[in-house]
Amino acid sequence: MAETAKVDPMHQFTIEPMFGTDHWQIAGYNIAFTNSSLWMALAAVAVLIFVAGGMKRELVPGRWQMAVEGFTGFIDNLLAANIGPAGKKYVPYIFSLFMFILFANVLGLMPLGLVGVHPFTFTSHFTATGVLAVMSFAIVLIVGFWKHKLHFFSLFIPHGTPLVMIPLIFAIELVSFLVRPFSLGLRLFVAMMAGHVLLEVLSGFVINGFNAGLGIGPVVSVLSFALMIAICALEILVAGIQAYVFALLTSLYLNDAENLH
Amino acid sequence: MPQIAQLAETWSSQIFWMLIFFGFIFFVIGRGMVPKVMATVETRDRQIASDLAAAEAARAAADAEEEAWRAQANRQRAEAQALIAKAKLEAAQASETRLAKANTKLDAKLAEAEAQIAQARSGALKEIEKVAAEAAGDIVTRVAGLTVDAKAATAAVKEALNG
Repeated sequence: MAETAKVDPMHQFTIEPMFGTDHWQIAGYNIAFTNSSLWMALAAVAVLIFVAGGMKRELVPGRWQMAVEGFTGFIDNLLAANIGPAGKKYVPYIFSLFMFILFANVLGLMPLGLVGVHPFTFTSHFTATGVLAVMSFAIVLIVGFWKHKLHFFSLFIPHGTPLVMIPLIFAIELVSFLVRPFSLGLRLFVAMMAGHVLLEVLSGFVINGFNAGLGIGPVVSVLSFALMIAICALEILVAGIQAYVFALLTSLYLNDAENLH
Repeated sequence: MPQIAQLAETWSSQIFWMLIFFGFIFFVIGRGMVPKVMATVETRDRQIASDLAAAEAARAAADAEEEAWRAQANRQRAEAQALIAKAKLEAAQASETRLAKANTKLDAKLAEAEAQIAQARSGALKEIEKVAAEAAGDIVTRVAGLTVDAKAATAAVKEALNG
């Protein structure tokens, strides 16, 4: 086995149905409960536990309550800074988005393989991130057309555009607007997948290097291992940053819908 | 790449469970719990603000109290000083009159004493004259063997004493 040890860096993204594979269907569409669903559930439960721990509602907060209030305050400030007073009503949505993605990313990085559990990062699947992105984009569209009716299209014509340029600018702005859900969903998916693939590839180097016997192999292994440690730290940072970016961009898009320019 | 390879079999399940769990987070946590957490923060902020305002008001009240107390203390000090000045004046006047009274009494006593001294002195002078006249008569009797009339002796002594 030692000679044939081969790490498939993509295997970690495989979705494995756990139960309900055959008969769980809605209108003919399979809704099997997979490992991906399991980690969505775990992330949801983790967020629930985290927030519930901060619900003591004491006047003088404890550490946990302080942490939860820190997160809600962070989202509140984000929305207040980007949208203004009208942003207050989006706090539940942006908070849910941010916490779900953050906990999913961090849970996926947990070294649970040591105890035989394989973490699954569902944010590395565009089917999952796409749902969130489309949801955010749909809210932007609904709010925009609800508030401004057809005037919402003026979003695509920046102030001071020369008259002759309007059709061209309109087309460009429209395309960049329509690309938003894709960029939003793909950014998170790509960032998470790239990090996990990189870690897996490096771990393959570590294993194969040692298996190659004496020589340059172990040197490569040690160097790769050192790099892995650094990249683990980077990935934790990326987990937080990607959740923040998703929440930030959604709030910026909501700002367009709320205030046009 | 399983994300694409498994797309056909898994997309519906992925979307379904994503909506279920995100819906759970949004409705239970986002809509149910987050507003309460934020209400707690708001209550605390209000409490702090009102406490600060109360503290500020109390400080202002204390300042006013102190100012009033200072004014009262100043007034009372002024009153006390006036009282002291008045008492000093009265005391000075009283002592002056008593001094004057004592002075006149002393003057009277002095005059009386001087009169007595003058009287005593004149008495003494008369006595001396008498003694001197007798002594002169005796001396004359002893030295010259003459008997001098007392009257003449007295006259002579008076003449010698008074120049």
